[in-house]
Amino acid sequence: MASVKLNNIKKRFGNVDVLHGIDLDIKDGEFVVLIGESGCGKSTLLRLLSGLEDITEGDLYIDDERVNGRSPAKRGIAMVFQSYALYPHMNVFKNMAFGLKISGKDKAFVNNKVMEAAKKLKIDHLLERLPRELSGGQRQRVAIGRAIVRDPKVFLFDEPLSNLDASLRVQTRVELGKLHQELKATVVYVTHDQVEAMTLGDKIVVMNKGRVEQVGAPLDLYHHPKTQFVAGFIGSPKMNFLNAKIHHSDPENTQIMLESGRVIQASIDSSSLNKGDIVKLGLRPEHIALHCDNNTVEGTVTLIEHLGELSYLYVDIGQEGEMVLKVDGDNQHQAGDNITFGIQPNHLYLFDHQGKALTRVNAHSTASIPL
Amino acid sequence: MKLFSRFMPSSGMRQVPKSVTIHAVLLAYTVIALFPIVVVVINAFKERRAIFRDPLGLPDSSSFTLVGFEQVLLRSDFGLYSWNSLIVTIVAVGLVLLLGAMSAWALTEYKFKGNLLITFLFAMGIMIPIRLGTVSILSLMVNLNLVNTLTALVLVYIAQGLPLAVYILSEFVRTIPKELTEAARCDSVSEYKIFFCVILPLLKPAMATVAVFTMIPIWNDLWFPLILAPGEETRTITLGVQQFVGQYVTDWNSVLSALTLAIVPVLILYTIFSRQLIRGLTSGAVK
Repeated sequence: MASVKLNNIKKRFGNVDVLHGIDLDIKDGEFVVLIGESGCGKSTLLRLLSGLEDITEGDLYIDDERVNGRSPAKRGIAMVFQSYALYPHMNVFKNMAFGLKISGKDKAFVNNKVMEAAKKLKIDHLLERLPRELSGGQRQRVAIGRAIVRDPKVFLFDEPLSNLDASLRVQTRVELGKLHQELKATVVYVTHDQVEAMTLGDKIVVMNKGRVEQVGAPLDLYHHPKTQFVAGFIGSPKMNFLNAKIHHSDPENTQIMLESGRVIQASIDSSSLNKGDIVKLGLRPEHIALHCDNNTVEGTVTLIEHLGELSYLYVDIGQEGEMVLKVDGDNQHQAGDNITFGIQPNHLYLFDHQGKALTRVNAHSTASIPL
Repeated sequence: MKLFSRFMPSSGMRQVPKSVTIHAVLLAYTVIALFPIVVVVINAFKERRAIFRDPLGLPDSSSFTLVGFEQVLLRSDFGLYSWNSLIVTIVAVGLVLLLGAMSAWALTEYKFKGNLLITFLFAMGIMIPIRLGTVSILSLMVNLNLVNTLTALVLVYIAQGLPLAVYILSEFVRTIPKELTEAARCDSVSEYKIFFCVILPLLKPAMATVAVFTMIPIWNDLWFPLILAPGEETRTITLGVQQFVGQYVTDWNSVLSALTLAIVPVLILYTIFSRQLIRGLTSGAVK
């Protein structure tokens, strides 16, 4: 296992800058998730780490050794591809043993390694099968097994779950998490699914247009996003954003005026802004209280989505547009109902006109769904 | 008719004439293609007079004879000619496949200077018949001291078969998912091993196609054996047959028997390769 350090890594394809200088520290044994919209450069960054693409500028260290220009094999990495990339003409055993055999390890050692990994992944009964005779989930395990047998310093996963169906994805995600705890391996994992990122990652790297937007622990990003982009990316359903103006700036109790003229209290340090400055107010769907009298907003329910344990209410609040609220699954609201909901001042987020977050005061450290 | 059509699904009614037409065309083509071969084979077993009296008739008890085969097998070097043909064909096809697959891989996988130029030259090779260069090929072989050797034939046939082989195989190489190579690179497999252990097995069906395309013109060729290797020791089967074709008298029994025998090895080779023609080997590589 190993630590990885990225120092101002840049990548250019022809005249197109894809990565604009990425700095990142990955500790030994850490599970790091790269997340971002498609085309943000996360997969490119993973390919730079693997050595499949050349680094245009900057330094990459694995275990304090500069590895720019080294072949993937010499970096001691193993990669699991989205499409699995199993050798179609080799059975499961050969697929997993191929790399070891090529590097000249003796037969008994290879057999041991493969059997050990196969047992760990519960594919030891499939060793004689060809990839085309396996289901998607089984292929994914073989691909992971092929990575494990090589005892790599760093595991690289490129959207490994996106080809699986929903239930299998959840199951495999849990298994991946357990596997990481068992192997204590350094993992870099690329995904566009924020649930995978939140559940698996020790550290999440949110990327946007070839830049790192924010790095942090999952709950850190959830409670203290540095930018509006990160706030919108982490959490599901997405955070609601409302256009607003500063009504009264204050280091602790900011008053914000919505477009409709409603004034709302927020526990946010807005001392850097002045009255009248344009801001965006952020509110997570789970952070509202239906029966609450202060700091309230009114609206009309336009649609309800029942998920069982909870429901999503789509509420038209007039000039500001539509908001999504996450409420208890047993609530009796119907489309067309007028509702009033309250917001706790310390549940609000505020972003200036550049999308930068203002500091939240007394922010809750744990998320809770008010009922 | 009206009543009848009511019970038939309308699409089915339209399908019937279509499939009849298709089968009629294919059958007609098969008959045309097989006709000369059948004539050669049936006449090989007939007496000389019977061949001319009734060229299309089957051999019967009065006209049946094996004299042509006796002549060919016992009184000529038919064994040597077949051996020469076989060697030339197998070595040339083998090398065309190997070199073709390697070039196809290199030209599609690696970006290097001159890549486009080489691809262009191979494309030219498909368009320009190699026989146009016969004179310079002959003088080259004379200079290299290769006249009357099988090597000369093998070299020419490689040049003849390679462009099309590279073209077809390149198309197949493009269908191999890039992740496979990348996975192999991560597995610390060398570029040569990637080619031989990962790419080549996946190209098998394509190579069978190329083998069939390449093999038949080589086996049937008369031109280059006549010019480059007409010596007694290096004659191929098509050239060997010519000794029965005289200026004044042609020994038709022998010619037809020799041709019948010449079909056999190429038929066997074709059967071997056509098994590999079955596609679908890449299914399961990526989803």
